[in-house]
Amino acid sequence: MSLPTPPAVQSDDGASIESMKQVVRRIKFESELDLEFGERVAAKAYGQKLLSCIQCGTCSATCPLSHYMDYTPRKIIAMTREGFREEVLNSLTIWLCSSCYACQVQCPRQIHITDVMYALKREAISLGFYPRRLPIPVLAREFFKRVLKDGRNTESWLLISLYLRTNPFRMLKEAMLGLRLFVRGRLTVGRERVRRRDQLRAILTPGRPKNGGLVK
Amino acid sequence: MTYLYYPGCSLRSTGRAYEESLLTVFRALEIPLKELDDWNCCGATSYVSIDETDAFALAARNLALAEAQSSDGSVQLIAPCSACYLVLSKTERYLEDYPDVNAKINAALDRAGLRYHGKVDVRHPLDVLVNDFGLEKIAKRIKHPLTGLEVACYYGCQTVRPFATYDHPQYPETMDKIVKVLGAEPIDWPLKTRCCGGSLTGTIQEAGLRLNRALLKEAKGRDADLVATCCPLCQHNLECYQPRINRMYDEDIDIPVAYFTQLMGIALGCDERELGMHRLMKKPSLKHIMHPKGASANAW
Repeated sequence: MSLPTPPAVQSDDGASIESMKQVVRRIKFESELDLEFGERVAAKAYGQKLLSCIQCGTCSATCPLSHYMDYTPRKIIAMTREGFREEVLNSLTIWLCSSCYACQVQCPRQIHITDVMYALKREAISLGFYPRRLPIPVLAREFFKRVLKDGRNTESWLLISLYLRTNPFRMLKEAMLGLRLFVRGRLTVGRERVRRRDQLRAILTPGRPKNGGLVK
Repeated sequence: MTYLYYPGCSLRSTGRAYEESLLTVFRALEIPLKELDDWNCCGATSYVSIDETDAFALAARNLALAEAQSSDGSVQLIAPCSACYLVLSKTERYLEDYPDVNAKINAALDRAGLRYHGKVDVRHPLDVLVNDFGLEKIAKRIKHPLTGLEVACYYGCQTVRPFATYDHPQYPETMDKIVKVLGAEPIDWPLKTRCCGGSLTGTIQEAGLRLNRALLKEAKGRDADLVATCCPLCQHNLECYQPRINRMYDEDIDIPVAYFTQLMGIALGCDERELGMHRLMKKPSLKHIMHPKGASANAW
């Protein structure tokens, strides 16, 4: 999967302007914003601290993945607060966050940034706001389903179902590595299961269907 | 005091060598360890992206089981995998800090006939070995000091932050202290807690590989003989993708990546097979380890 390049910018007469290549100009009217979005996300991500962000950019500077992101973590927070719901939920940023918590321990406002990203991921998954075949939400879903079924996750099966659903050719690319792991006993074939799977099912939110309530 | 042990899914597959070496080392140090019966997956970073309440509830089942299976006043639950350690400590912490989370989760546990009273202490093996057992006691049992071995101690992200209290979130030293006691030389390197990308190597591989490339290049540039890790996913990423990183970025990286428990086991004189050394892609060269007189040379 290739990473996104910033969209090319054209001037009004259609000619591309070299010096403005990185700038995306777009006007969004306040009536198009989801003004409660910020508060909703803040409530889901432990407290209203998100709203007190001072936009210092420490999170973006600390993030090891920020240079692959379309919007840095600082921008995501600003946009969330202002109600740019579609832009935030469509961004690659929320999927690139690998939950390393580097930003969170540095944040001078103690914002739970990783929890904000999780809240945004949940929002995006439940509203179907992610690029098709992007493997990360698929991984999350496959992982969830597998654990609901067995209580444990068998890595080999998880990866196989991930590749089948996103990019079957990837399986060929990974076959050699899989073999090298297999001969060293690092890929298990048998499935690990818990005995009291009835407990798992009872614990889940009542009314959640067997597949975890996930449509796709 | 007996520690309860929560293996987690990775230690049963890609991270088997971690489990083998951890159990061997704890046996050698005579620290009693009992596996948590019928544990379930912690959920890592995945459940919580789908449903937070269910994610906490499934993780909390392990805490409730631990409480029920221990007779001690405070239950010590060891989680060696970074993701498990993080998720279990996060659950423990949020249940304590947020009464609404606690009420929801205990209601969920109640449906399964379980209850959690908040008695579990989630511990990382690094924390237990240094702060409970003690470096002096480890030092006394060293049979083959790893003299001359330069080790880049890599902690990764989730073992030290944000919920761990036993070490510094950016510049931890627990593993360095252990490595030093083993007679090896922990090198100074600034990337010890920079993220390896976790599951990104399986999803958006380019981003994941670049992170690993930075870590490996830095370790190599500082002349490390090997990278020591304390997380099954970090170990997998740093070790298994070296050929691909070399191809993609025209690098020449060839550095062994072992679990810190494997190094401990070697120094403690444990059997190579019991430490899972045969499961590594590249076995560390330990020729410069000085054998004490009479020790069998073919062991190492």
